[in-house]
Amino acid sequence: MEPLFTVGEPIQDVKAPAGPLQDQWEARRFGAKLINPANRRKLSVIIVGTGLAGSSAAATLGEAGYHVKSFCYQDSPRRAHSIAAQGGINAAKNYRNDGDSIRRLFYDTVKGGDYRSRESNVYRLAEVSSAIIDQCVAQGVPFARDYGGLLDTRSFGGVQVSRTFYARGQTGQQLLLGAYQALERQVSAGTVEVHTRHEMLELIVIDGKARGVVVRDLVDGTLETHMADAVVLASGGYGNVYHLSTNAMGCNTSATWRAHRKGALFANPCFTQIHPTCIPVSGEHQSKLTLMSESLRNDGRIWVPVKAGDTRAPGDIPKEERDYYLERQYPAFGNLVPRDVASRAAKNQCDAGRGVGPGGRGVYLDLADAIVRLGRDAIEEKYGNLLDMYQKITDEDPYRVPMRIYPAVHYTMGGLWVDYDLESSIPGLFVIGEANYSDHGANRLGASALMQGLADGYFILPNTINDYLAKNPADAADSSHPEAVKALETVHERLNRFLSINGNRTVDSFHKELGALVWEYCGMERNAEGLEHAVGLIRALKDEFWTNVKVTGTNEELNQTLERAGRVADFFELAELMCIDALHRAESCGSHFRTESQTDDGEALRNDDAFAYVAAWEFTGEGSPPRLRKENLEYHNVELAQRSYK
Amino acid sequence: MNITVRIWRQHDQAAAGRMVSYKVDGISPDMSFLEMLDVLNDQLTAAGDDPVAFDHDCREGICGMCSLVINGIAHGPEALTTTCQLYMRHFDDGDTIDIEPWRSESFPILRDLIVDRSAMDRIIQAGGYISAPTGSAPDAAATLVPKKNADRAFDAAVCIGCGACIAACPNGSGMLFTGAKANHLGVLPQGQPERHERALAMVNQHDAEGFGGCTQIGECTAVCPVGIPLDVISFLNADVLSALPRKTD
Amino acid sequence: MSTGNVAGVRSTAARSSVALHAAMAVTGLIMILFLLAHMYGNLKVFEGQQGFDGYAAYLREIAQPLLPHAGALWILRVILLASVLLHIFSAFTLWHRSRSATGGKGGWRYETTKNRRGVQRSYASFTMRWGGVVIGLFVIYHLLHLSADVIAPGGASASPYQRMVNGFQIWWVVLSYVIALIALGFHLRHGIWSAFASLGANKSVGTRRFLNQLATVVMLIILVGFLVPPLAIFAGWVS
Repeated sequence: MEPLFTVGEPIQDVKAPAGPLQDQWEARRFGAKLINPANRRKLSVIIVGTGLAGSSAAATLGEAGYHVKSFCYQDSPRRAHSIAAQGGINAAKNYRNDGDSIRRLFYDTVKGGDYRSRESNVYRLAEVSSAIIDQCVAQGVPFARDYGGLLDTRSFGGVQVSRTFYARGQTGQQLLLGAYQALERQVSAGTVEVHTRHEMLELIVIDGKARGVVVRDLVDGTLETHMADAVVLASGGYGNVYHLSTNAMGCNTSATWRAHRKGALFANPCFTQIHPTCIPVSGEHQSKLTLMSESLRNDGRIWVPVKAGDTRAPGDIPKEERDYYLERQYPAFGNLVPRDVASRAAKNQCDAGRGVGPGGRGVYLDLADAIVRLGRDAIEEKYGNLLDMYQKITDEDPYRVPMRIYPAVHYTMGGLWVDYDLESSIPGLFVIGEANYSDHGANRLGASALMQGLADGYFILPNTINDYLAKNPADAADSSHPEAVKALETVHERLNRFLSINGNRTVDSFHKELGALVWEYCGMERNAEGLEHAVGLIRALKDEFWTNVKVTGTNEELNQTLERAGRVADFFELAELMCIDALHRAESCGSHFRTESQTDDGEALRNDDAFAYVAAWEFTGEGSPPRLRKENLEYHNVELAQRSYK
Repeated sequence: MNITVRIWRQHDQAAAGRMVSYKVDGISPDMSFLEMLDVLNDQLTAAGDDPVAFDHDCREGICGMCSLVINGIAHGPEALTTTCQLYMRHFDDGDTIDIEPWRSESFPILRDLIVDRSAMDRIIQAGGYISAPTGSAPDAAATLVPKKNADRAFDAAVCIGCGACIAACPNGSGMLFTGAKANHLGVLPQGQPERHERALAMVNQHDAEGFGGCTQIGECTAVCPVGIPLDVISFLNADVLSALPRKTD
Repeated sequence: MSTGNVAGVRSTAARSSVALHAAMAVTGLIMILFLLAHMYGNLKVFEGQQGFDGYAAYLREIAQPLLPHAGALWILRVILLASVLLHIFSAFTLWHRSRSATGGKGGWRYETTKNRRGVQRSYASFTMRWGGVVIGLFVIYHLLHLSADVIAPGGASASPYQRMVNGFQIWWVVLSYVIALIALGFHLRHGIWSAFASLGANKSVGTRRFLNQLATVVMLIILVGFLVPPLAIFAGWVS
């Protein structure tokens, strides 16, 4: 049998300056070449995606004077899925005087990521975190305030300081609207053009540099070629590979996967975060899962009945017959253990038959004690909208009956490999936000995704992309360039292929089957045998897809089935790479739990000697095994330790 | 549950549209309204027909993409609920449900139940922001914001920009949407310098987009899935009116 | 805002729906003040012919000799007429805009026949425009009858008191008056609340409730105040 992958030359980041961690970012900004403001308007930048990263980058680059073209598949930039983030955004402000600092945020993030992220990038993230809060407040983001008018904070899973700023349960919405408004301000200033209902289907690479994209106008099917001096992908994560996830229905990997096929390395695809507090699946028809912010774990206590198969109503189960298993197993962090730990603990309880609700896949998140302690009004003030949403979906009153929760796919730490400048392995292709792999290692801490998206978009990319643009002066490449024409034709052929199969199965049925498969074998627990099996199954399903999928209609119209077909086709290829990545990483770390690698009491067991690296995968052609390019991770400022939240 | 849906079908902006009836069987009360449409679309695809096009994305009530008028009510019969958060348990076996797109002359129908809402983006472009270039911000704690104002700003800022207010308004007015943004930014200290100009610019764009005026009927706030209060319109009116007589600055 | 042309923005906004609604609100409130004064005058009918005609004559003597005979009255009439015209002009402009915004179909633009009254629309808000037209037609008829003495049901007279008593002894005159007042009542019920809201007074749920109650109270005062004299005449209590 052909090997699943080959190993190539290692790679490394060459952009982070040498020297102490705390001086690197300043040194890099000083070292980066600048561009005269008058010359900036001659330079154009394409930005794909309008979430926190994409919108903030487009607004900031527009303010700087570049000509920005922004694309999103939704009908407005404001709809990007960052809007659904609930809990909050971290920043090392130390307003609480509780011992927080840049170094502590850096340390928590590296530790939370189970020592699989790059020190330099993470330190910079912690460094700019404060400025994000300043920026957002100036834009009018209505963060929660206390009665003195000061900003309120709360604590979040995996840390012991209170550094999470929030706007009730809609922090992502408020931050995104801030970035969206800044973006629209630039639209009216004429520096940014926004193309809504346009989906990127191909990257154009000319002479080894990213120079443009092919997009499809989702309203009438027109294929357009857009050229620029640099391309930025801010297209989010790939959690929808699991079909059921907390991602929006349209979230997809197509932009990043197309770039990967053009030469961008894809790093750590198997690092996918399973969020512990989601509403459990209610039936076959389910199209997506809904997250309940983990901030609920601040006040809610998680428990299951002690006795397996206990079908009594939760109120009828006396305290002594309840197992508050997180508090029992992890006394130091209790209900606030990191997400991966909480998720797997819930899975273990359900596997042992102590799960609650239909199908036994659920555990209780109980606010009763907090309601007694703080009063119903205080709980409503903090979590009102979340609890309303829970009630709408489940028809149960969370103020009276404990909520039922179960883990669900939520965020993907993996993504396109980038260096310190957030530039991918294709020169001129920058990747920001969830789309890149950079800062969260093998597990992301709560309230850090918003921080990273905005850090990348507001502060990092605008200070690094100028270096590339200054060193690669614009040339006259336009859409008639042979590479651009070829890219356009490729897209055309692919779309026609979908339409010509005319098989018997819907796109969604393939997506569902693929998702179930990846969830089963590459979900909360993985092992070598299952993963090998999964690769075979995925390949077979992919073959069936390409011969038996049914896509109705034509390209020259608004055709949602055709849109989905393209996304699912890319998910097939990504799913295979995820399984290969999970298979090769024969250690447990963060979200990636290999049953073969655990401690005696069932905790994840890392293997730093063999796996302290980023696995960056190179595309080597259709049907040809991917090539592994390792970036070794060196830790000079934190000591590698087995994570312990006990 | 077995139900009948009557859905507006229209191939594209230029085409004529009409209501078409479909039977959908085997619906579970725990399905969301959009999952019911997913089932219908599976049926249609299997039969070789074009599935019904409808806008949706987050399916958790926050992105503002879903936009159906159900039995004549924007987002359907449940108060404070987006279409995607509406569950079939609120309907009865054997019901006939009429489903139409948002209707406003400023929202051209692109296909079936999908409309173009870019007019709302243009209202924001006209002035729905605070000018705060990246990097120029003072420390976040430098300006205290009374909790009352922060809460009030938040209540207006939760607008999801879905456009239900416009779809429901007998005048086709977009004043609730516009007022929500004016109110969100207008009660914060950071939003004061541009407050009046913002109100004027947004109202002008609102009118230029062809939206009708507000007669204070309150249908908008009744269908609003996030409960934007009607008083945001009064807030906007007050800002516009107090800005009108000023000398050219 | 990016244009920096504040003056231009302002002059456009002066023609905005917000400004037109404010104009309707201000003129509407002026007319309500007039109605209250008019109502007070009508109630003078209970003082008998001398009191009523004396009051009518006094209206023409206000501020004399600073102003000529009937000068103050004409000033008020001009203000009132301007208000009426501006009110009607704004109403038609806004009506036209609403119709254009909704494809000419207003609240009935959906194919479904379900929930045509929406979720919570009051009957009053439903009938503002047609109610306004009814009131407008009535006012013309009313002026021709009781002010100009052109049409004279029940017999013409130089005495306003006599004209009034003559008119309201006829059942259809009273009926037409009652119908017009009902239309007025609906118009005021929504109009008063809406006027204050259009001017920016609706600041909270509390004020919204207060303004709606105020509208109902003022509407009832005006309705009762106007209905009592004709009904009393018709019943024969005043002759």
